[in-house]
Amino acid sequence: MNGEERQALSWGNLALSVTAVAIVGTVIVLPLLVVLKEAFAAGFGVWAASVTDPDARAAVALTLGVTVVVVPLNTLFGVAAAWAIAKFRFTGRSLLLSLVDLPFAVSPVVAGLIFILLFGRHGWLGGWLDARDVQVVFAVPGVLLATLFVTFPFVARELIPLMTEQGTEEEEAALSLGATGWQTFRRVTLPNIKWGLLYGIILCNARAMGEFGAVSVVSGHIRGETNTLPLHVEVLYNEYRFTAAFACASLLAGLAMVTLIVKTVVERQAARQTARGGET
Amino acid sequence: MSISIHQVSKTFGAYTALDDISLEIPSGELTALLGPSGSGKTTLLRIVAGLETADPDGSGRILFDGAPVTESPVNRRRVGFVFQHYALFRHMTVFENIAFGLRVKPRGERPLRDEIRERVHALLKLVQLEQLAQRYPSQLSGGQRQRIALARALAIQPRVLLLDEPFGALDAQVRTELRRWLRHLHDTIHVTSIFVTHDQEEALEVADRIVVMNKGRIEQTGTPDEVFQNPASEFVMKFLGDVNVFHGRVHNERPVFTGDSSEDGSVRLLVRPHDLAVLPQPGPGISIPARVYRVMTAGALVKIELLDGQNRLVQVQVPHETYRTASVHAGQQVYLAPKESRLYGQSSERLEYVI
Repeated sequence: MNGEERQALSWGNLALSVTAVAIVGTVIVLPLLVVLKEAFAAGFGVWAASVTDPDARAAVALTLGVTVVVVPLNTLFGVAAAWAIAKFRFTGRSLLLSLVDLPFAVSPVVAGLIFILLFGRHGWLGGWLDARDVQVVFAVPGVLLATLFVTFPFVARELIPLMTEQGTEEEEAALSLGATGWQTFRRVTLPNIKWGLLYGIILCNARAMGEFGAVSVVSGHIRGETNTLPLHVEVLYNEYRFTAAFACASLLAGLAMVTLIVKTVVERQAARQTARGGET
Repeated sequence: MSISIHQVSKTFGAYTALDDISLEIPSGELTALLGPSGSGKTTLLRIVAGLETADPDGSGRILFDGAPVTESPVNRRRVGFVFQHYALFRHMTVFENIAFGLRVKPRGERPLRDEIRERVHALLKLVQLEQLAQRYPSQLSGGQRQRIALARALAIQPRVLLLDEPFGALDAQVRTELRRWLRHLHDTIHVTSIFVTHDQEEALEVADRIVVMNKGRIEQTGTPDEVFQNPASEFVMKFLGDVNVFHGRVHNERPVFTGDSSEDGSVRLLVRPHDLAVLPQPGPGISIPARVYRVMTAGALVKIELLDGQNRLVQVQVPHETYRTASVHAGQQVYLAPKESRLYGQSSERLEYVI
C-alpha cells in the first residue's frame, strides 16, 4: 500500500469516525448530560429532596423489588429453555423457540393489555380472582407479571446460539465419565455458558428496571404503591415538576451507567476466556 | 470384558441406520468397525456406549460379559468414550479434564485428593504428556488433545473403551503415529476396545479383528488378513483397497473379457492393482487388451494407468524391477493378465469358474 492510498483511506476513516461520534453525541451523550444538568439545576439539595421524597423512595423500592424477583426467575426459565432448545431435538421445539421470541415481537403496550384482558375485573380470570379477593391488575402482581413477560427472552436469546454452537459432545463426555445430569450441568454446561449467561442477566436486569410500556398499562399509576421508577418519572413530568422528574430520571440513568460498566467488564472477561479456552 | 450385541436395530424416522445387528466382541481385543459414512458404525458404537438407544421393539440387547446393560444409562455403564473432535472440557486444565471422572464419583467411591493426583499423573505418563498438566485444551495440538481425551476416558478404569473415528480430525502424519501408539497402548493395557473408522488402512493396521459394515448391516467379520485376502462380498473387496472392475460375459461355460464390446456385464472380474501382470502379447488365460496411458515411477511401486477398450481407467502397480525388465511406455498396446481375481455375478454373488 502506498502513501497516497493510506491518506485516502484515513480521510474516509476520519469522516466515518466524525459521523459516528456526532451521532453518538447527539443521541446518547447529550441527552444524558441534559438529564444530569436538569436534575441538579436547582442545586443538590433539591435533587436530594426529590429522590428521597416518600413516593420516589417507594418507586425505587418497587423497581428494585420487581427486579430482584424477575431477574432470577427469568434466568431460571431462560437457562431451562435454552438448554432444551439447544441440546435436544423434540417435537414442539420450534414452537418453543417462537414462544421465547414472542415478547420481543409483541409491543410492550399490547403485552400489558393482554394481562388486563386476562386478569382484569372483566377479564377471563377476573371473576375467579375477584371471588378470592386476589388483585393482579393495578397491583404489584400485575407489575411483576408484565415485567416478567417483557424481559423473558433476554437470557434465553443470549444462550441459545452459544449453547447450539458448543454442541452436546462435552456433555456426552461428562456422562460417559459417570457424571449425573446435575453434575454435567453444573461442572460442564454452566462454566461454558457463564459469561453469556451473565451478559443475558445484565440485559434482563436493565430492561426489568427500565420497562415502561407494559408496566404502565397494568400498574394503574397508584402513587407510592404501583409506580415503578420510570412511571414515577412520567407522573412527575406530567405534573410539570421537571426538576423532580429529572432527578428521578438521573437515578435511572445512574443504574444504566452501572449496568453498562458491569457489562463492559463482563465482555472483557468473556473475551479473555475465549482467548484462553475458546476453540476446542 | 466381552461385548455381545444381539439383534440391535435403529431407525431415524424412515431411515434405517442399523438393521438387526448381532455381533460378539471377544474380551481384550481391539476391534475395528469399518465402513463408509452412513454405514451405521458410529450409531452402533453409540448404542454400545449408551449414548443412543436401540429401537424399542424389545429384541435389541447389549451385554457386557453376559450381563445385560441395555437398561443402564451411559453414566452407569463405565465405558470410556473417545470422540472424534476430542470433546475435552474447554474451561478445565488438562489435569482437571483427566481428574473429572474421579471427581464426579459418589462420595463413598471417590478417591482422596492425593490419590486422584497420583492417578492423573500416572495417566499423563501413560500418554506421554506429563509436562502439559496445567495447560488448557486450546493450547494443545490435535494429537495431544486426542491423547488427553484417551487418558480421561481411561481414568475411570472403563470396562470397555470405545473410540469414534479417533484419528479422523488429525493430519496424515500425526494419524499414522497415533495409530501405532494406540496399538502399543492396547498391547499394554488390554482393555476390550472398539474403534470406528472409515479408513481401511487404519483398520488393517491397528485392529485384531475387523467388522466391515455397509448400509446398516455387517458385511464381514474377521482378522485383517481374512477380510483382505478373503473378502466375503464385492463390497468388502472394493472397500478394502483399490480394485479394477472388468465387465464380461459367460461364453461356453467360461467367462470372457475382451474389454471392448459394450458387454452386458453379466459377470464382473475384480482385480487389485498389484494382481495384474502387464504382457506385451496375449497370455494363455484371460488377457484384457489395454493401452498404456501414463506411468508414474515416483514411489515404492510403479503405478501404471491404462485405458481398456471402452476407455475405462485401469490401475496397475508393479515393483520397480518388473517395470525395468518389461519396458512399458505411454501409448503402447498391452495385455493385462490377472494373477489373483474374483468373479461376481449380476447380483454381486461370488462366482467360481475355472479361468
